[in-house]
Amino acid sequence: MRLLISGGRIIDPASSFDGVGDVLVEDGVIAFCGERLPEEMKSGEVRLYDASGLVVTPGLIDMHVHLREPGQEYKETLETGGMAAAAGGFTSVVPMPNTVPAVDNRATVEYVVRRAKETSPVRVWPTVAATKGNANEEMSEIADCKAAGAIAVTDDAFPLQSAEMTRRVMEYCRTFDLPLLTHCEDKSMTKGAVMNEGLSATVLGLKGMPKAAEDLQVSRNIELAQMTGCRLHILHISSRRSIQMVREAKARGVRVSCETCPQYFSLDDAICLGYNTLAKCSPPIRTRDDIEAVKEGLADATIDAIATDHAPHAAHEKECEFQTAAFGMIGLETALGLTVSKLVDTGVISLSEAVRKMSTAPAEILGLPLGRLSVQSPADITVFDPSEEWTVDPELFQSKSRNTPFAGWRLRGRAVTTIVAGRVVYGEVRSAEKTTA
Amino acid sequence: MTLSQKHVLGLQDMSAQDMLCVLDQAQEMKEILSRPIKKVPTLRGKSVVTVFFENSTRTRISFETAAKTLSADVTGFSASTSSVQKGESLKDTILTLSAMAADVFVIRHQASGAAEFVSRYTDAHVINAGDGQHEHPTQGLLDMLTIRQHKGRIEGLTVAIVGDITHSRVARSNIWGLTRLGAKVRLVGPETLLPAEVRQLPVEVFHDLREGIRDCDVVNVLRIQLERQEAGLFPSLREYAQRFGLNSNALREARPDVLVMHPGPMNRGVEIAADVADGEFSVVEEQVSNGVAVRMALLYLLLGGSDDAVAH
Repeated sequence: MRLLISGGRIIDPASSFDGVGDVLVEDGVIAFCGERLPEEMKSGEVRLYDASGLVVTPGLIDMHVHLREPGQEYKETLETGGMAAAAGGFTSVVPMPNTVPAVDNRATVEYVVRRAKETSPVRVWPTVAATKGNANEEMSEIADCKAAGAIAVTDDAFPLQSAEMTRRVMEYCRTFDLPLLTHCEDKSMTKGAVMNEGLSATVLGLKGMPKAAEDLQVSRNIELAQMTGCRLHILHISSRRSIQMVREAKARGVRVSCETCPQYFSLDDAICLGYNTLAKCSPPIRTRDDIEAVKEGLADATIDAIATDHAPHAAHEKECEFQTAAFGMIGLETALGLTVSKLVDTGVISLSEAVRKMSTAPAEILGLPLGRLSVQSPADITVFDPSEEWTVDPELFQSKSRNTPFAGWRLRGRAVTTIVAGRVVYGEVRSAEKTTA
Repeated sequence: MTLSQKHVLGLQDMSAQDMLCVLDQAQEMKEILSRPIKKVPTLRGKSVVTVFFENSTRTRISFETAAKTLSADVTGFSASTSSVQKGESLKDTILTLSAMAADVFVIRHQASGAAEFVSRYTDAHVINAGDGQHEHPTQGLLDMLTIRQHKGRIEGLTVAIVGDITHSRVARSNIWGLTRLGAKVRLVGPETLLPAEVRQLPVEVFHDLREGIRDCDVVNVLRIQLERQEAGLFPSLREYAQRFGLNSNALREARPDVLVMHPGPMNRGVEIAADVADGEFSVVEEQVSNGVAVRMALLYLLLGGSDDAVAH
């Protein structure tokens, strides 16, 4: 079966193509991408997708999600998380290994790979915990996990505290050519802290996390990446100073990349007033000044990628005292809308840059053969409407959880069709009709 | 007289009018407390449930005394002997208690925001008896009542709050209440005990005790806790007492008619010298009796008891 997506605005940052054209999908791969499908390729049966008014891009890749399987299936599963991803326009997701048990050995990696294959509509690329059980004591069997399918190593949610351990993990990652994704937080400065340190926390009487707790580890990890030659990727960057350090490190040639998340360019810490546990996350929602810094970093490409840190939690884990509430918010189904509304519509970055940060860049950072619409690459494609206005209603989410602070927000930009390996996994083929040339 | 708000969760959100209403009503309640038979039938048939997740003898007894003086039925719930020990969530605890038809919940909890949280899940009135490091509005009101009794006003006074501001719900309630009624508030303490962005609050900040209390009308001394030393916020109680402990020598910097206040319980010789605690400027015991009056006033105003019941 062949599918011709015709008349849409094709944005393929990898080839710098941005214009109206045709994409032909054949046997799960891209057979053509360009201004006009040559007549000779039109022979045979083709299903036509009229994409006029829509944007056609390489499938979006969320390089930072929590899908909770194995162990916390009451929050999310590879299936429901995968459905949420598809509904949000993502064709690939990268789950973090802080499951129960942690993904820190071959058997668990294999489990995730197998369960994803059985249940998830989108591609799932597992990562491995840097240390066994995320305990910060001994390194996990990283090479064995890579052989089983893990594509990166990370300390997400359990930041490596010892500089010595971090150095050795980086050296080991380099040995096996894996990137290290780090959650930068000096835990000695954030003990008992539940939101950003600042006026809002002071008024609420809540212990704050100073930005320095993030900045110190960004600084340290950059130094160690330079020393070891490891490919370092900084997860969910949120503070002005951290972004500046990445900017400087890149300028002097350190192999470092970073991502931010929509919550860090959409919200400031006043969102926590009234003890709004839905806004509790780590790193915490920062200040207006940090939002500006995040936007500057996105605009000058210091920040390579936009991920979600999709962190599902059950209702009772948020309907409680702020200090007791779980950290994290879901994001798969709002990321595209927030990116278009808060960054593209406001002129911070172009639509093409947004696509690069949500597809091409994550693929490059993680070494995935995706994120582009070149001929013979897998037909992972997202078709979205950049001008569709919609209201966020968590009750309509595919995710098993509802913990978003964006309920009721009016957003522009929404996925219409999500295609993985040539197969429609979300949405419909518009104006579907069979044509035979 | 009634309050414009259903709950008393903090002074940050309380209007000046409501605060003055409480203070005026508390003044009348003091009269009841001075009678030989300290009981009026005002709140007969009303039920007050004190829900204490944190140990507090004095605040709890103060609320119970206030409720009983007004003839309300008082039930006590304490976390140490309750289903909380079995892992019940705060939401479920409140839904359960709420189903027992309480008219007022008086809640003390170690988590900031707990009182507000509780108010979301009950139709009853909620009075915050101290939530974490957030607010302790009845303490703030009783402090203001005590000040007003002595000074005749709040407006135009200068009040210094000395000590661990970061961890103090008393400090926060005092800051909001006093500034809303027109007083100037100074905070005195080492940087380690001052919260982030403290200078964005409507206060003046001092690191030097003598400078901070100079020409003040009121010095409100906060309790210092040993666990702050253990957390590395100051080196020793000894050094704290030397630099920030209120003694009679330092007190000479304040106005000659200064009031010395302390929310209790006091660490004599640490944040306050014994002779100051017991001295002529101290109104610590009066604060305690005013506490009962303020809590009576709040219960009365929230439950809308009829005026004539308070009158004789």
